Amino acid sequence: MLSRVADSIYWMSRYIERAENVARFVDVNLNLMLDFPGSSDQQWQPLVDITGDTEQFAERYGEACQTSVIQFLTFDTKNPNSILSCVRAARESARSVREIISSAMWEHLNGSYLMLTAAAGDDGEVSDPHELFASVKTASQAFTGITDTTMTHNEGWHFCRLGRQLERADKTSRILDVKYFLLLPKVDDVGTTVDDVQWAAVLRSASAFEMYHKRHGRISPTRIVEFLLLDHDFPRAIHHSLKAARESVHAITETPTAMFRGPVEQLLGLLCSELAYAQVDEIIAGGLHEYLDALQTKMNQVGTHIYDTFFSGRGAVPKRQSQRRGDVVRTR
Amino acid sequence: MTFAHYDPEEFFDEMFARAGAPRLAAHALTQVIDALPPGEIERRQRSAERALLAMGITFNVYGEDEGTERIFPFDLIPRIVAAAEWRTIERGLKQRIHALNLFINDIYHDRRILKDGVIPAYVLETAKSLRAPCAGLNPPRGIWCHVTGTDLVRHSDGQVYVLEDNLRCPSGVSYVLQNRNVMKRTFPQVFAASRIRPVDDYPSHLRATLEHLAPDGVESPRVVVLTPGPYNSAYFEHSFLALQMGVELVEGRDLVASDGFVWMRTTKGFERVDVIYRRVDDDFLDPTVFRADSMLGVPGLMEVYIAGRVALANAPGTGVADDKVIYAYVPKIVKYYLNEDIILPNVPTYICAEDRDRKYVLENIASLVVKAANESGGYGMLVGPHSSKSEQAAFAAKIEENPRNYIAQPTLSLSRVPTIVDGSFEGRHVDLRPYILYGKDIFVLPGGLTRVALKKGSLVVNSSQGGGSKDTWVLAGDPRVETDRPEVDAVMTPALRG
Repeated sequence: MLSRVADSIYWMSRYIERAENVARFVDVNLNLMLDFPGSSDQQWQPLVDITGDTEQFAERYGEACQTSVIQFLTFDTKNPNSILSCVRAARESARSVREIISSAMWEHLNGSYLMLTAAAGDDGEVSDPHELFASVKTASQAFTGITDTTMTHNEGWHFCRLGRQLERADKTSRILDVKYFLLLPKVDDVGTTVDDVQWAAVLRSASAFEMYHKRHGRISPTRIVEFLLLDHDFPRAIHHSLKAARESVHAITETPTAMFRGPVEQLLGLLCSELAYAQVDEIIAGGLHEYLDALQTKMNQVGTHIYDTFFSGRGAVPKRQSQRRGDVVRTR
Repeated sequence: MTFAHYDPEEFFDEMFARAGAPRLAAHALTQVIDALPPGEIERRQRSAERALLAMGITFNVYGEDEGTERIFPFDLIPRIVAAAEWRTIERGLKQRIHALNLFINDIYHDRRILKDGVIPAYVLETAKSLRAPCAGLNPPRGIWCHVTGTDLVRHSDGQVYVLEDNLRCPSGVSYVLQNRNVMKRTFPQVFAASRIRPVDDYPSHLRATLEHLAPDGVESPRVVVLTPGPYNSAYFEHSFLALQMGVELVEGRDLVASDGFVWMRTTKGFERVDVIYRRVDDDFLDPTVFRADSMLGVPGLMEVYIAGRVALANAPGTGVADDKVIYAYVPKIVKYYLNEDIILPNVPTYICAEDRDRKYVLENIASLVVKAANESGGYGMLVGPHSSKSEQAAFAAKIEENPRNYIAQPTLSLSRVPTIVDGSFEGRHVDLRPYILYGKDIFVLPGGLTRVALKKGSLVVNSSQGGGSKDTWVLAGDPRVETDRPEVDAVMTPALRG
């Protein structure tokens, strides 16, 4: 498969997944505000932090408040990680590989983009955020379903899944990191309603509320961390996402799963074993933030190696100007 | 909706000899249509349009919002070409392409045709599309123009003329294939009853033509289609042809010239490319040889090409034959290289660079069609009878300023085909672009793109100027006659060696 084509498919699905994640955690935060009327704008800054665009936001908007953050994360076309920018970038990627993906995928993605531009209107203001975020989430989930049922599960499909799973693992780790850091120090709130509601919001940000309760019943920060980080079977758990990513890499390279050739397979293999044999208590004892920070660095390395291995072209050929996108996974 | 009230008027009509009298070849179709229940033809027209939309058969419109895609308007009533007439067209096209290939090869080598005084030297020296870096080039198998789309028109005298040669990157063949697809679904009973020659094998002929160019010793050559990218107006066609041929669709940035070969970047490393069907113009192919600011090409491509390690179709430099002044000399070119009279005549052409012709053109501009020598797509032209005095004056000034860049032709009365307009049949003017492939031998696709000027009275059929398309049915005719025909094709294989 052409490197450019693989690159486009990978980013197409990463961008769609990114848009869904942004929609989900902004929506959860809006809901949270309704439970705490009159609460301060402090609740909005973490959302910007989760996307990793803190500096850009401060430069252009200054103080974080509900209006500015929602604007920044939904229809701001200058923010490459806003929902609109993500869906537009996904559409552009899809457009250049239309003969590779199924026409149902293209038509759905094109329709989602047109829906968003219509919602943004001329002024780019968000008139009905709840409805908007709901339709972005549904659009992304439908795209995943259409992809799985209309595209042959070939190399291209695996690049699609690889992009989606890495993006998902990245976003879940950021949600966990930022929220845990903010929630934990407030010892006064431990065991109170405030605390439970906040932690429930963390779960909802990862669409994990119901599935967590089926598994663990009551709210417990440690169990929540365990669920989002280490669970084998929950589709948004980091461990599960990385396992799926690894499967796709091996399907692409045809390397037997117990072995590795090259840094992508090695690093993903190490990460998966680490998460498979980790204990949540040990992780928290050693500092969750430090652990997640190291995890994110490794996931970024996986992204870099994927670029080098599959998309950049290899061999004894003179290097040409890099075709890499502007907003490849950034390091913190 | 029937043909009962259809009036061909004073024009040559491809379907009717006169009102109420369909031509023999169109008889079966007119009967089927006339027997349809009321409203049925409109219903089928709508269903055909929906099918085209669903298949995503669109073209991009320049100058509008990024990637605006439009449906190429399609009309259900086909143009039908009788078997005997097609045989003449086919022979004429083979002759023309054979001669033009020899001409291109000559002008990039010895230029015998200039030395022998058949074409004045100034014509070539001032041809914008002449590519100096191609001098001395020997393309694989001696073939320059692998894919050609030649525009034909029929005048009210009933004669088919060649209007234009397109040896650069002719587009439109994907519509031929898709239109046929839609028509088979719409009129299955007509297809069953008539003997309409198939066009579906074009992609496999194209692939064979391209594989024929592969460097010696390459057993299963890798062929790719090179596109300028998704924003090109013909991107749909590029991806369609790649898909139909089962080859990769690449952009310039997917390719790299290194170690004397051209490679494409894949997820499993570099893979060698042997033949490139390029839909990128000469100017943008290789920034180290042609336009330095090109972002679409591959630096170093020409070096590998000249060394014979990759083939390009069409060869760079073939565009010189599209120059409309050189077009005027094609009858002489055919006579010079093949010692034959031309089978499909040119439209009489006045060369503005010649004093006598220019004088005539300036005096009669109101009745002529004036064309720029190097434009296509219906741009840069004046249709005298449809223009105002000030437009004529503006063109006259342009001709005086740069006579070499203009030719003029009498305004032809293009033939018409019944077309569905607001619930009834009306005659609309058409042209025809058949596609010719030059590989082991010369192949003419039995069919082609019939373009139709949808505006009443309009003579401009280009899609960018409000044109649409129709399916073209070439009938197979009587098989006994087919086997009796003299084998002229064998003579067409060129003696050239690369």
